[in-house]
Amino acid sequence: MDYLVEIAPFLLEGFKTTLWVFAITALFSIPLGIIVCLLRLSKIKIISLITQGYILIMRGTPLLLQIIFVYFGLPIMGIVLNRELSVSIAFILNYAAYFGEIFRGGINSIDIGQFEAAKVLRLPKTTTYLGIILPQVFKIVLPSLGNELITLVKDTSLVYTLGLGDILRAAKTLSNKDATIMPLFIAGGIYLIFIWFVTLVLKEVEKRFEYYR
Amino acid sequence: MLKVENLNKSFGEKRVLRNLNLEFERGNITMITGESGVGKTTLIRILCGLETYDSGKIIFLDEDNRGENSIGLVFQNLNLFPHFTVMKNIIYPLIKAKKMEKRKAILRAKELIDMLGLSGLEDHYEYQLSGGQRQRVAIARALAMEPNYLCFDEPTSALDYKLRDNVGKILQKVASKGRGVIVITHDREFAKKYGDKIYELKNTDN
Repeated sequence: MDYLVEIAPFLLEGFKTTLWVFAITALFSIPLGIIVCLLRLSKIKIISLITQGYILIMRGTPLLLQIIFVYFGLPIMGIVLNRELSVSIAFILNYAAYFGEIFRGGINSIDIGQFEAAKVLRLPKTTTYLGIILPQVFKIVLPSLGNELITLVKDTSLVYTLGLGDILRAAKTLSNKDATIMPLFIAGGIYLIFIWFVTLVLKEVEKRFEYYR
Repeated sequence: MLKVENLNKSFGEKRVLRNLNLEFERGNITMITGESGVGKTTLIRILCGLETYDSGKIIFLDEDNRGENSIGLVFQNLNLFPHFTVMKNIIYPLIKAKKMEKRKAILRAKELIDMLGLSGLEDHYEYQLSGGQRQRVAIARALAMEPNYLCFDEPTSALDYKLRDNVGKILQKVASKGRGVIVITHDREFAKKYGDKIYELKNTDN
């Protein structure tokens, strides 16, 4: 117990990093994912093809490599970013690709009649998407979205590549220093509690969408 | 009057509509009958701008012609917006497409809700309504846009035999307000009873 009190500040300091990487990625990659999806569905072939290429690269290479590329690779082209920004960009671009595909699946599962009804009622295209299609898509994709967010919580540990100290890195350091695996177990417990909390929030959001069938 | 002149439409090799000539009057109910696959639905989808056509003309001959805005459609499967209440289904297009003030839109919606016997259901969602109620919401939503012509795709197909006459009376009411009512139906009896004019589409193959 004393040991726990002793290491808690270090673990919590690391958890802060875990938390901001999670929050910033979730906040930006979901809206970006909607844009990716719409570009992917664009009737202009070249736009759709470029987007497909982007999705292929993001899903086809390890996120770890993408982080390294943004931080160490971009400077070759004269783009120098700090570690936090590099991590944010890599995570957001990677997750937007996955979210984009999830949204595409959602849009494809909406009855074509919804688009046609909107058209006959002369709704502008943007209104059709924002008011009619996307709200229904959200309800459909929420479980998949939740899955992806939970994976994200655990993926945040990849930031150690750039020397950022997240909770897992803090636990490893403590574990090496004190020659015990206790800190790793505790870190695992913190992940679990956090993901439990995320799950509860997702459940609450799903409930909000239960007003119609 | 809405005139269709020499309308042709093919899907690939299959010719669906061949040199079709039709006239629809306002204040009248025009029935379009024919076997499945003769292009009835294709015809009204073309009239409503949901489908392109190969050649021919569609002419709105009204003083208050508003082009595409002159025509509305009640789909066979209705296509209500399931995430909106009855009220919102009706007022949303008015506010977003017609740029009408919300207060005015609600007033117009209330009139239609009364006329179609939907009072008390304003806050219901589609899944809470019966088939007949759903259909009347779809009709209210289309009427709210004040089209000069309103198309109905098989309005009796999903309904109880007894409810057919209710639909017929609604069609008459809509026509009596000076709108042209265009109805697809394969129910000949219904067509004869309520139609001012009946077109029978024939298979155009060969």
